[in-house]
Amino acid sequence: MKSTPYLLALPALLLFAAIVIVPLGMTVVLTFHDWGQYKGIEPVFILKNWREVFSDSYYAEMFERTFRIALLVTLFSAVFGAPEAYILSRMRSPWRGIFLLVILGPLLISVVARTLGWALLFGGSEGLVNKALMELGLIDTPLPFMFTETGMVVALVHVLMPYMVLSVWAALQRLDPQVENAAIALGAGPFTVMRRIVLPQAMPGILSGAVIVFALAASAFATPAIIGGRRLKVASTLAYDEFLNTLNWPLGAVVAVLLLVALVIIVVGANRLVERRYGQVFR
Amino acid sequence: MAFLALDNLSKRFGTQTAVDGLSLGVEKGEFISLLGPSGCGKTTTLQMIAGFVEPSSGAIRLEGEDLLAVKPAKRGLGIVFQSYALFPHMTATENVAFGLEMQGIAAAERARRVADALELVGLGAFAARYPRQLSGGQQQRVALARALVIRPRILLLDEPLSNLDAKLREEMQIELRQIQRTVGTTTILVTHDQAEAMALSDRVVVMNKGRAEQIATPLEAYEHPATAFVASFLGKTNLVNGVAVRPERIAFAAAGLVGTVRTRIFQGNHWLYQVDTASGLVTVIRQNTGDAMPEEGAAVHLVWEARA
Repeated sequence: MKSTPYLLALPALLLFAAIVIVPLGMTVVLTFHDWGQYKGIEPVFILKNWREVFSDSYYAEMFERTFRIALLVTLFSAVFGAPEAYILSRMRSPWRGIFLLVILGPLLISVVARTLGWALLFGGSEGLVNKALMELGLIDTPLPFMFTETGMVVALVHVLMPYMVLSVWAALQRLDPQVENAAIALGAGPFTVMRRIVLPQAMPGILSGAVIVFALAASAFATPAIIGGRRLKVASTLAYDEFLNTLNWPLGAVVAVLLLVALVIIVVGANRLVERRYGQVFR
Repeated sequence: MAFLALDNLSKRFGTQTAVDGLSLGVEKGEFISLLGPSGCGKTTTLQMIAGFVEPSSGAIRLEGEDLLAVKPAKRGLGIVFQSYALFPHMTATENVAFGLEMQGIAAAERARRVADALELVGLGAFAARYPRQLSGGQQQRVALARALVIRPRILLLDEPLSNLDAKLREEMQIELRQIQRTVGTTTILVTHDQAEAMALSDRVVVMNKGRAEQIATPLEAYEHPATAFVASFLGKTNLVNGVAVRPERIAFAAAGLVGTVRTRIFQGNHWLYQVDTASGLVTVIRQNTGDAMPEEGAAVHLVWEARA
């Protein structure tokens, strides 16, 4: 029967609809509801919340910060993660296995514990590293880390780097080791081999890793919440605050929906770019 | 003084000896094959010439110059790898042009030479394709064009035809031989396929356990194998009463060594027989002339010409 495949897919589709589509739709509907300090949520259709988010520069600044941090995290993950993956792919067993575990290690520890670790090292004048540096007389005032974008970027790069390394590593696994020898035999130096032969082949891995890291960095909650607190908010911590502290759910919903839409556009756009640029070459 | 001279070349990996005191002189323009089973040291020898593996001892000289003192990137050798090792992110044209770019050849001359090289291997119409869009045989041709376009002092071929199907392999053998004759580049082929080595080479180096068992023309090595290994590796052979006899030299006759046909296999252009005799099992190959041949279980007499 023609409809059989659809019938077979129905249970999964229903589950997907129940746990993803419906709540998402409800969140979108929520953005049009009204809210007041004393009256709570009123189920009406108004554009007040959207207007507020788009007219108040506070929100623009906050989204800008969110994507600036995500972009920097992606950039640093690529700059450090891609060479790391290359070195890893060149290692022999058992070293490769051991170092893969070292790289994946951070994923085994809770994000909260890891971020608090950074806070212990750099948090104010009591942070271990700051204390040591000040006692050595290398710095006069503690290095700013808590409640700074730098701090968030450092902690997020640490958390998200494994995704970049894994993605690039997967791309490099497909690289024929003889290809580098072929380039050398044709007269290419080590730098040229890297730039003209290895990097272009690692590029799809770097780009797909970048999409993952960017999306996770832009929607990260725990790390910005601990490092930035309520002084330096990003989209996810703002939405959290609106929902759970101010209790202005409709406004929180607008922020959440905007973050989702922006991420979908960026991720789909990046994927299109990768497909168009590399689709013919690698598949 | 040979064009390329390998002098007592050895390579040890830990306790294993991959190549054991190999000496070989290759003349300019010669097509020579390193032939042997896997693990005989033929690929290691090629990689030492290419510079990807450093010899444990011995010397390699090209036109009298110490090649081991030259970095792999400066040796100016053309190499076709078993996997072809094409650059997957570059078109056929870009692949072939890469070596010329590295030499700093001007764009106009580069374009002309790349087009010539692709024409030489019959791929003029596929210049803009990526390796993924080419068949195995076409990729192989691109690899050959890429190696030849830099006008290498030596062309090194590492099992270049082993990934092709039998029919294509035969076509490529003929073509490879013609191209090599046309450009006249000194060529070293590494292969485990004795038919391929014999079809292409001026001389073959039959290798076993890191040593050269015989260095000779294909005909000489086949007719006068220096060792039992060479005899058995270069085609089928019978040892009848201590004398090596090629199966195609044995004929059925009215009188001779008495035997019984155990199996016979029809292979199109010839018949393959296994005959039980007092001197053991003897393999016989007879040309298919269309005439009736002894059947399985038939009593036969075998004769062959005594050869030195």
